Amino acid sequence: MQRTVLLAISLALGAGIGAVTAAPVNYQLPNEVAAFKPGPNLEIVQGNCSACHSADYINTQPPMKDKKAFWQAEVTKMIKVYGAPIDDADVGKIVDYLAATY
Amino acid sequence: MFDRRDLLKGAGLAAMAATLNSTKALALDTVTLPFANGERPLVKYPQKRPMIGLTSRPPQLETPFAVFNDGPITPNNAFFVRYHLSDLPYNLDPDKFTLEVKGKVDKPLKLSLKDIRKMKATEIVAVNQCSGNSRGLFEPRVAGGQLANGAMGNARWRGVPLKAVLEMAGVQSGAQQVTFNGMDGPASDKTPDFVKALDLDHATDGEVMLAYGMNGEDLPFLNGFPLRLIVPGYYGTYWVKHLSEITVVDNVFDGFWMKSAYRIPDTPNNAIEPGTTPKATIPINRFTIRSFITSVPDGAKLKAGRTTLRGIAFDGGKGIKEVQVSTDGGKTWTSARLGKDLGKYSFREWKLAVKLAAGSYDLKVRATGNGGETQPDTPRWNPAGYLRNVVENVRVSVA
Repeated sequence: MQRTVLLAISLALGAGIGAVTAAPVNYQLPNEVAAFKPGPNLEIVQGNCSACHSADYINTQPPMKDKKAFWQAEVTKMIKVYGAPIDDADVGKIVDYLAATY
Repeated sequence: MFDRRDLLKGAGLAAMAATLNSTKALALDTVTLPFANGERPLVKYPQKRPMIGLTSRPPQLETPFAVFNDGPITPNNAFFVRYHLSDLPYNLDPDKFTLEVKGKVDKPLKLSLKDIRKMKATEIVAVNQCSGNSRGLFEPRVAGGQLANGAMGNARWRGVPLKAVLEMAGVQSGAQQVTFNGMDGPASDKTPDFVKALDLDHATDGEVMLAYGMNGEDLPFLNGFPLRLIVPGYYGTYWVKHLSEITVVDNVFDGFWMKSAYRIPDTPNNAIEPGTTPKATIPINRFTIRSFITSVPDGAKLKAGRTTLRGIAFDGGKGIKEVQVSTDGGKTWTSARLGKDLGKYSFREWKLAVKLAAGSYDLKVRATGNGGETQPDTPRWNPAGYLRNVVENVRVSVA
């Protein structure tokens, strides 16, 4: 009886340590399902924004009164603070898309 | 909403191994959080039960609020997930994992997980709460992750005191702060890496901990496997996940995530007039005191007669002295019975039997801490949407 218990414990320990001593984690995220809504300049938005984050970062933002100012500030933050490599010519197009779509 | 067997299965490592490599995206259902544009998918991730999906890359998951009524400890598979940067160490090898301790120390260290597990272990029950928890409830609304009240959780953490590791390394005189970096990084090298700092006094207080265990298991991958920082009473931004680099510095660390992000107004209540900009800011720090009713959701229909209200309360580390409940919208208050004390950093359960005749009720709960601080009747506001702790209101109709 005791041996069975001991065996069970050592098996459990083996499994527990397995997480530490076994292979790499290989954690796999589910497929990304969130998508950008259709709108003007969609390809430019996909090309720039998707490099660092999924579309739900944008989809879930609150409905603001001054959409243009809100999204302009967000795009500026992405460029100035997070270093997003967005061409100057694309900035206005991205802001227009976001303000018109969200 | 959830299968109890899920909970039990979650504890099994076999189940963990089986679900770890699953790539199926299960669009299970949707939930609607109580603010505009609050519709969210319920999503299933490896090692997690169905969670409220905020974003998928990097992954951010909110705990469905009903979980908090199941007990004071939040199960690992229901614990919220928050990342900033999308390059996660999905393939990290725990055998090759090293924690580096460097900077202003006499003896720089490279510790394996085995080295750390061999050290004398300590445990603490502590709440981790995202700085942005409840941000979606701010009015006027602010940019950022739009969360309801589920970006918090309470767990029993096991690991070693940071103090012990710093003593092994020998902190040199003149040291001021300790910085913490994890294995997760940005998608672009132009994005500032997520590095946080604590004052040396705080880092060596004996409570700040390097944890490898959570509720008797290894940390789930998305909660920082194999090692994370535990900063009891402080917002989750300091609880660096996949922690691999500790640096002792002789200045006040000025990295982006300390100097520019996670700042609160430097005013008496850390609040300012809604819609304005603060003149001066300080780094976010301790939790504000909060309490919730967990047994009855907003909008519930109850049967007339006796019912027992239940919930949780917590604060930034003084501990909960009293929880009061009002069934008349805050006119009169009754003290609730507190549950078992799991430590001053833990959720504290409370319950109160009330008798409700037919009608509509505004149920409120208000906690008071051992330091005397309590919750305000009107919400405080700041531009980043931090520190919400207004007395929450649950409307019910009784028939």
